[in-house]
Amino acid sequence: MSGSELNRGTAAELAARIHAGEVSSVEVTQAHLDRIDAIDATVHAFLHVDAEGALAAAREVDEDVAAGRPVASPLAGVPLALKDVFATRGIPTTVGSKILEGWVPPYDATVTRKLREAGVVILGKTNMDEFAMGSSTENSAYGVTHNPWDLDRIPGGSGGGSSASLAAFEAPLAIGTDTGGSIRQPAAVTGTVGVKPTYGGVSRYGLVAFSSSLDQGGPCARTVLDAALLHEVIGGYDPMDSTSIDGPVPPVVEAARQGASGDLTGVRIGVVREFTGEWYQDGVLGAFRQAVETLRGLGAEIVEVSCPHFDYALPAYYLIAPSECSSNLARFDAMRYGLRVGDDGNASAEQVMALTREAGFGEEVKRRIMIGTYALSSGYYDAYYGQAQKVRTLITNDFTKAFADVDVLVSPTTPTTAFRIGERVDDPVAMYRADLCTIPANLAGTPALSVPAGLSEQDGLPVGLQVMAPALQEQRMYRVAAAFEVARDAAQGGPLINRVPQLEVAR
Amino acid sequence: MTAPVLDYDEVIERFDPVLGLEVHVELNTNTKMFCGCPTAFGAEPNTQVCPVCLGLPGSLPVLNGKGVESAIRIGLALGCDIAEWCRFARKNYFYPDMPKNFQTSQYDEPIAYNGVLNLELADGSVVEVGIERAHMEEDTGKSLHVGGATGRIHGAAHSLLDYNRAGVPLIEIVTKPITGTGARAPEVARAYVTALRDLLRALDVSDVRMDQGSLRCDANVSLMPRGTTEFGTRTETKNVNSLRSVERAVRYEMTRQAALLTDGGTVLQETRHFDEGTGTTSAGRRKETSEDYRYFPEPDLVPIAPSGEWVDKLRATLPEMPWQRRKRIQEEWQLSDLELRDLVNAGAVELVASTVDAGAAPAEARAWWVNYLAQEANSRGVELGELPITPAQVARVAALVSGGSLTNKLAREVVDGVLAGEGEPDEVVAARGLAVVSDDSALHAAIDEALAAQPDVADKIRGGKVQAAGAIVGAVMKATKGKADAKRVRELILERCT
Repeated sequence: MSGSELNRGTAAELAARIHAGEVSSVEVTQAHLDRIDAIDATVHAFLHVDAEGALAAAREVDEDVAAGRPVASPLAGVPLALKDVFATRGIPTTVGSKILEGWVPPYDATVTRKLREAGVVILGKTNMDEFAMGSSTENSAYGVTHNPWDLDRIPGGSGGGSSASLAAFEAPLAIGTDTGGSIRQPAAVTGTVGVKPTYGGVSRYGLVAFSSSLDQGGPCARTVLDAALLHEVIGGYDPMDSTSIDGPVPPVVEAARQGASGDLTGVRIGVVREFTGEWYQDGVLGAFRQAVETLRGLGAEIVEVSCPHFDYALPAYYLIAPSECSSNLARFDAMRYGLRVGDDGNASAEQVMALTREAGFGEEVKRRIMIGTYALSSGYYDAYYGQAQKVRTLITNDFTKAFADVDVLVSPTTPTTAFRIGERVDDPVAMYRADLCTIPANLAGTPALSVPAGLSEQDGLPVGLQVMAPALQEQRMYRVAAAFEVARDAAQGGPLINRVPQLEVAR
Repeated sequence: MTAPVLDYDEVIERFDPVLGLEVHVELNTNTKMFCGCPTAFGAEPNTQVCPVCLGLPGSLPVLNGKGVESAIRIGLALGCDIAEWCRFARKNYFYPDMPKNFQTSQYDEPIAYNGVLNLELADGSVVEVGIERAHMEEDTGKSLHVGGATGRIHGAAHSLLDYNRAGVPLIEIVTKPITGTGARAPEVARAYVTALRDLLRALDVSDVRMDQGSLRCDANVSLMPRGTTEFGTRTETKNVNSLRSVERAVRYEMTRQAALLTDGGTVLQETRHFDEGTGTTSAGRRKETSEDYRYFPEPDLVPIAPSGEWVDKLRATLPEMPWQRRKRIQEEWQLSDLELRDLVNAGAVELVASTVDAGAAPAEARAWWVNYLAQEANSRGVELGELPITPAQVARVAALVSGGSLTNKLAREVVDGVLAGEGEPDEVVAARGLAVVSDDSALHAAIDEALAAQPDVADKIRGGKVQAAGAIVGAVMKATKGKADAKRVRELILERCT
């Protein structure tokens, strides 16, 4: 098997070959490290590559295989790109911010620990919008990541590094976090798969918080089955996270395999009426309509449902998330770790705090801290934070009502395809609209995923199909997405991801 | 700054004081409120910390169930209602010794609310103090300000931070406004903290050491002109580190505010700092507009909903309350009301009871604490319980006396030795050579010497004047430096002279 074949393999295929001893994890890992070495100067998906750690982890898996010992998990030996928002013991963790430049965590996030214990090979840490605030990765303090489909375009955000690493074949698996769409929107615009589990389904311990009640880690991959395999590795109860769900991980791998049979007879799918209108590109709506027809062709029953309060999701989100962030980001004060500015021996602690935060936080982060501080202020709390929480309840009720009638809901993942780098940097609200369709599931805590629907007829760029399920019913959306994936590939002559342009290798 | 110009009687003639007392209690749980770090007092700085209590990025809190249990038991003992459902909130403000720059606390949903604590004052009268709420929170770290004259942040060259205390479970107990106490307000304040301390000690939920900060009191004081009912502007005095200071701080604030108001001035709403040395308060943080802490429900923790069965089970674990205990002790020890009150006023009830539990007779235990040790505490200016001697040690001394190994005089020396840090009573006896001389041959020699020195007295004794033996006993005691048992000496003299 050549290096490039190893790069293009799915995680499931690679795992099978590694476990069968046909190829070593070290070879697979090295192939991906080589690919990163060759093209990441162009894509800039990674903030930190841990070649040594990755190869050491790969060798351990190879030793298990050679000794005939059972491997640690179905994904043992498969490389992965980890979003730089998860604490990694001994490996820098920046959250895309200057304020944490040089911070090396003394502990592993639970997700990191589970990956290590599963024998998954962590290649490095991926770029992201600072503190996961953004939809383009342009808010990273360490430079923008480029979309492998078109290097002048954004790879989505905040998890643009993770999505780009998949589309650029730098890694077969990645981890993201989704507060308002940061897994699903990047997946949609890079033609990859991204899953936001039920809130509490994946531990948040060690995930540097943006908005605690919304943040949720989840799997990213190039296929639905790979995402499901990774979901089962990172999911499950964690006593270190009080909001973690004490129950079994939904049977998502089984559901993905079942879905791959391509039969959706008896499945009722709701099309959310509210997800259309002036902000949606025709090319996106066209690809979405075609996807719905594909689902109908698989035997699913399609009905239109209304979720009237979804229209208020974006404004409610932009009160709740900034409010929580204003408190969560207060700890970055130069006293214990990270950047310290202005400590000249004369400045007071308060002055050092202020100077550090001024220098260390980017514009978007500051904007949200200010909005959140204002929204929580006495006299404004009820009108803003309190009101937004009520909207949140109404949105949850909309989901509950809809799921009383249908098994899953579908929509476009994001209103547009990947926009050009720089296009929205001066228009925050336009940037926020990238998450119009993804935010409701965060507010309700329900699971949702994005699977490539096809290419937009307008610009030839990937469009995502969002599938949403009730809380803890992830298997439903995995089944639908897997069935769709098979039908799409059949109709379009192979996996969509194979149409990513050949990237020029930087020399 | 206006110096007090009114005497206390004038203050009371013109004004009615209103008190509000906020007591912070550090729980004696083994681990912190939201992580597994130990809570022991006095460890090397920053050795009892982890990612959670240091607030490292990504870390999350997990609630200490034992802390909730203690909070509920305190609430029940104070006659509070226990919330069926409540949450933590974040109190947001920046301070270097607070790792997350917010304190995880409870805001409008306390675990316990609406209780009462009855206080008995020195003259036996009872004051009922309403309890507004008892809520759970975490302690902050400690700042050590180096290089300034005062040890406070103003003027310091730099500060050192110790996060060992960060995250230690705290219960904050807040009274309803205490009115109508007039001249006795300072005494009521002290009696309240005393009663609360005794209650918490009986519950075994805290070390309640004011000197170590495990019991801290903030005293809110305001004045209203006599005959009016609208509360005046209040000040909140912090750094009140002993029961005596509670009383002094309240009294000082009343006098200071009265002087200001009488002068036509206004009281500023502010935090004030009590100075133990001068007994005065000085302005701290100004609170012109109340600070905006931007409270909101803590999203990293789930709501607490104590089941009725759990609360009932905890209710069943409540120990005998201090006031019930006092009543029982009075009956068992057959004390008059006055004797009991003396015991209570000396702050000695629990100490005497523990001494009795350790084997001493009630009368002896009482005598030690109310007489000798109370004087010692008084001369040192500390509370009885703060003396460096334990009930068990007092009981041991009493046992040595009743067993004949020590005379009362020697026993006092032994107690002095324990107080001076010389170790356990038996160690003091050995080190100072204080054991009663019980070796009869040694006593015989001393007796013979004394009889020889006072032949006329010896003759009187031989002639049957037994009471004359006292002079010889005195001489022998002097010769043995008080280490002999006088009773035994008398017996031996009489044997010698017959």
